Parts: sequence; C-alpha cells; structure tokens
Amino acid sequence: MHGKALPYLLLMPATLFLCIFFLYPFVLVAFEAVTRDGAFTLDNFRTMAGSWKFPVTVRNTLLLAAIVVPIQLVMALLMASVVSRLETGRSAALYIFAIPLGISDLAAGLIWLAIFDQSGFLNTLLSHLGVVDRPIMFLGYQSKLTIFIAVALAEIWRATAIMMVILVAGMGLIPKEYYEAAEVFGAGPWKRFVRITLPLLRPSLQTAIILRVILAFEVFAVVAALGGTNLPVLMGETYNWQFTLQDSNVAAASALLILAISIGFTLFFLRVLRVPKEARI
Amino acid sequence: MMKMLRTLAGAAMALSFAIGGAQAQQVLFWSTQARPVEETQKMRDEVLKGFDGAVDYQVAEDGPWLTRLQAELQAGTGTIGLLGGLHGDFSTVGANLVDLSAVDVGGVKVNEAYKKLGMLGTGEQKYMPWMQATYLMAANKQALQYLPQGVDLNTITYDQLIEWSKNIAEKTGSPKFGFPAGPKGLKHRFFEGFLYPSYTGSMVTKFRSPEAETAWNKFKELWQYTNPNSTNYAFMQEPLLSGEVWVAFDHVARLADAFNKKPDEFVAFPAPAGPAGRGFMPVVAGVAIPKTSPDMDKAKALVAYMLKPETQIATLKATNFFPVVDVKLPDGMPASVKAFGPAITTMTGAPDALPALLPMGLGDLGGKFNQVYTDSFERIVLGGEDVHGVLEEQAAALKALIEQAKAPCWAPDKPSTGACPVD
Repeated sequence: MHGKALPYLLLMPATLFLCIFFLYPFVLVAFEAVTRDGAFTLDNFRTMAGSWKFPVTVRNTLLLAAIVVPIQLVMALLMASVVSRLETGRSAALYIFAIPLGISDLAAGLIWLAIFDQSGFLNTLLSHLGVVDRPIMFLGYQSKLTIFIAVALAEIWRATAIMMVILVAGMGLIPKEYYEAAEVFGAGPWKRFVRITLPLLRPSLQTAIILRVILAFEVFAVVAALGGTNLPVLMGETYNWQFTLQDSNVAAASALLILAISIGFTLFFLRVLRVPKEARI
Repeated sequence: MMKMLRTLAGAAMALSFAIGGAQAQQVLFWSTQARPVEETQKMRDEVLKGFDGAVDYQVAEDGPWLTRLQAELQAGTGTIGLLGGLHGDFSTVGANLVDLSAVDVGGVKVNEAYKKLGMLGTGEQKYMPWMQATYLMAANKQALQYLPQGVDLNTITYDQLIEWSKNIAEKTGSPKFGFPAGPKGLKHRFFEGFLYPSYTGSMVTKFRSPEAETAWNKFKELWQYTNPNSTNYAFMQEPLLSGEVWVAFDHVARLADAFNKKPDEFVAFPAPAGPAGRGFMPVVAGVAIPKTSPDMDKAKALVAYMLKPETQIATLKATNFFPVVDVKLPDGMPASVKAFGPAITTMTGAPDALPALLPMGLGDLGGKFNQVYTDSFERIVLGGEDVHGVLEEQAAALKALIEQAKAPCWAPDKPSTGACPVD
C-alpha cells in the first residue's frame, strides 16, 4: 500500500503547484474571456477580431512560425547529426551551440537591435567598407520586410538550440546495430539518415516541433525590441489590450485564441508524427 | 528561558511602537509625478526639505497609485497623507477628496483657470493646482537658415512648418522634422491637443469633419519631410542631441535634456497655428487630500507649502514643471527653463491661443481614447489608407467609448449635457 501511494505522494507538490498557479488562473482567464460585466457574451472575441489590426497580426504570427520553424528544424537536424558523430569535444560543441538558450528573449532582441539599428554594428561595418555613405534605416516603418527578416534571424539564432538538444538526446537512443546493418548492405550516409535516423527520431521530432511551434506563437519580446509596433503579432496585441487599452476581457479572449492555435497545432503534430506502440524502440 | 522570551517580546514591541511613532509624524506624499529616480530624489532633498515636519515622498505608476488609494478608501482608514497627480488622475476619485478651499496659501496668487479646473465641476476645491507643463516645438539653430522668408517662429502656422521642413529636407538631402511616434512617444497628445483643435477647433465633436480630413492631409504632407525613424522615437531630446532631427515637437520634460546639455544650439517656440487657432494642451498637476488622510492639519499645511514661491521654483528645478502661482524666476535657472519660459508665455498668451484639456471623465477608457487617435495615425499616415474611410470607422469607435463613459465634452469642445457628441 505504502509503496503504491508513494509516487502519487511525490507528485502531489508539483500537481498542487500547477493547480494553484496554472490551472486556477487559467480558469479565471477563460471565464473573463467569455463574460463582460458578469454576463456571458462572445463580444470580447468579436471586439478582438473586429480590430483593424487583427488580420495583420494573425498573418504575421503564422507567417513567422511557418518560416522560422522549418528552417530551425533543418538546422537543428544538421547540428544534432554533427554533434552526435563527434568523438572528442562533443560536450564542448553542445555547450557552444546552446549558449543562446541561456539568454532571455528580450536580451536576444536587444542584441539583434544593436546590429540592425541605424547606428548599429551592421551600419558601422558597411560604412567602414565604403558600401554606404550614410546609415541605412533597416528597422523603419517602411521596411516591414527587413524587420520581418531581422525578427526571423533573431528567433532562429535564439531558439534553434532547444530543438537541437532534444534531437541529440533522441539520436543517442537509436541503437548502433541498425547503422551497422545498413552499412553492411551498402547504404550511404544520406540513405542511412533518411531511412534510419529520421524514422527512429520521430518521438523526439514530435516533441521538438511541438515545443518550438508553441513558442513561435508566443513570440513577443524579440518582436517588441526589433519592430516596436511596426510588426504586430498576436502576443503583442494581447499585451496591448491588457495594458494600453486596459481591457482585460478582450486580452483574455486574445490569450485564449493563442492557446487554441497552440492546441490545434499540437494535436496536428501528435497525429502526423505519431509512433505506433509496437514500433517504439 | 521564559524570561528571555519575555524580554525579547518586550523589545520587539518597543521597537514596533518606535517605528509606528515615527510613521505617525511623517506625511506620506503619494504621487504619480517626478517618477524618474533623479527627480524623486530632488523632490525629497530639495523641494520638501524646507517643510516643517517630515515628508515621505513616494511615487508610483498610475495603476498602482490608484489601486492603493482605492484600497485605503474602501478600508476607511489610510496612511496616505497627501496625493500628487495629474488632473486626470483625480477626476475618477473626486468624491473622496477633501475640500481645500479653506487652505490658507498666504498672499500667493494661484492661476485662476487652473483653480477652477481643480474643482472638478463641483463647488469644492477638490485639488489644488501644483505645477504645470505643456508641449512645445524645439529647433536646432542650424535649421533657422532654411526658415521661409517672413516667418516668425512665435506666430508660426502649420503651412509654414511644412514649407520649412520641406526646405530643410531638400537643401540637406534628408528629412529632419522629428515626431515622437514610437510606442512610448506622446504622439496621441499631438493629435488630440494640437492638430485637431488647430484645424477643427474641437477634439471630439468634429472628429470626422471635412476640417479633420484637411488636418490629416496636412499632417501627411508634413510626414513626407519627417525623419522615418520617428516611429522609434520616445523622447525627442535624444534625436535632437544626436542631430538626426532638427525640428521637433514634444513634452517640455522630454525636450529639456537637449537644452541643458547644449544650451547654445537649440531654440524653443510655440506650437503652430491652424485655421481654427493655435491649439495646445496644458498639463496640470495638482495636490489633493483623501478623506482617509491620517493628519488633516499637517496635510493642509503641506498643500500651502507646495504653493509657496520658493517651493514652486525648487519644484521647477527638480521636475521641469512650471509654477502655477505668480512668481518671478530668479537668475541661474537651467537653460531649458530659460528657453521654455518665454515660449510657453508666448503660446498660452497668443491672441489665437486655443487650450485643449487632457481628456476628462473617461476613467479607465483613457487608453482606448488615445488608441483611436493613434490608430487613425497608423492607418492614414503609415498605412496610406483613405482618410475619409478611416475617420468614419474610427469615429464609430470614438462615439462608442465616449457614450460608454458618458463623458461630457471638455475644452475646446462646447460643454454638453450627457455624453459628448461625435458628429
């Protein structure tokens, strides 16, 4: 009896913590999103969707995720393959790749702002090389594309490592025998990667992609630092509703929308990349 | 063991009494003003030092300021002795403020218009004006050579400002007018208190009038000669100092640094005039006593102290907010004060002066009110959308929230019974 209860007892503190600091506030937010002055209403969602900025916001957020995540996935796979194959200096390489992970997203945004700013590193470099004679404004309201590229770059730089770490762990779990057998039958490195690594990496890929996609929909500080209000994203608009417009009901609705999109994509990837029970290692 | 515990408990009690006693003698001055650390420190060290009795000057952002005040009012007892804030901060808590009309201010002459504002539409002096500021134009002296023939900075109009900015842009090769359109910039105040009144003579009622369309089209014209980096500016003193911008509009407190660091390089002048007058927005801060104030007499003495000419001058030095009482400024004031003083007098005393007050009676809808103007700017000027269409849509939003707040008109709109109409 005692032995059976122990795991649940050990899980208790964490569960309680989540219930108090996550579940309870979440219920309050959900409640706030569908009420106004105490009465049930969907007006908050209508107000949110009716705002002239809303379509732009959704488009920017989805586009950013659609561009950033695939690039990160490819890079993370590449980096993870290289790291797993290293004989010496494996952990050193891993640590170096993971450095951006230790930096807060706002700090990451500010680092890239220091590069792209009108008096930033890139302009200084260009003018020293004689390419430009006056500083170029990369992040002005007229150059939405440059802002978008800068944000994408900063996001890729900052968050590729988290996918890589998951994938490195996953690659370590693939038994060496498969590769040896493949080599015996004459499979080249590319074929081994496509036929062995990728399929057996599915569970890790699933985790990495889901985590990354959710983070992509929550992108906020990097965009705020680099684009200000020039590149509105969903999270920024939620912040705006809460703090600039002081309407917590609509802010709650907006937060729920982000949650809904995140859940939708999580379910999608769980389904697409699912691994049948009998096929698990 | 027991004895030791008892001694300890006694000591703790004595200590708490001592602290409690010290607190009772201090007046807690709870303020939304002078929030930057240096200003707060100057308020404590230079402004409030001369008061007969200790003052604990504490600042907070508007939200927390109001939350604590409301909590004390609900509890029925409080520690806040005196409140400091902008006109708008007081308008929501008027019913809980003590009448200050009996406060003896000595022979000081307080600005009558502001005193009337401090009554919040009642028969009582809900708050006492404390200090004032406004927005001005500032220019780098290098820009003056491009001023069109016959233009006097003191009577400048929007058309002349556009022509001037155009001249500068064409002769120097880059646009040098600057505007605080960044996320933390005060752009909405420009549209509410300067552009709209100057062209329409109104802030709310004529929001979508043909005159308003002219105003936006004129601003679009000016925007062509505006440094595109303006969408990142918050405090215009910075681009003015770096030379990125030569002519700028901003709040005096956000221009002061440029004048103080390079006194010989800049001039200050009044906001431009439009067809309906020289619209400008005065910013009035006041002091008030909540009904829960623990020591009324001491708090009232502090109100009188804040209005003394010496205190007013010390406040000006500390915060860059100007006196609201008749006072002769001494020599040796900071360069910004010397530059702004005459410009403010010229602007407020101009024959075509048209003061536009900060929005009133909107409560927590103030942010949404500002957003109507900011959205119009982003859509019309940055997004290039059709002026007429945008104003139609934004007017609907404006009308909805004015009606929700049931806010009657404030100057320059004519007083209304019930919610201020949007034509």
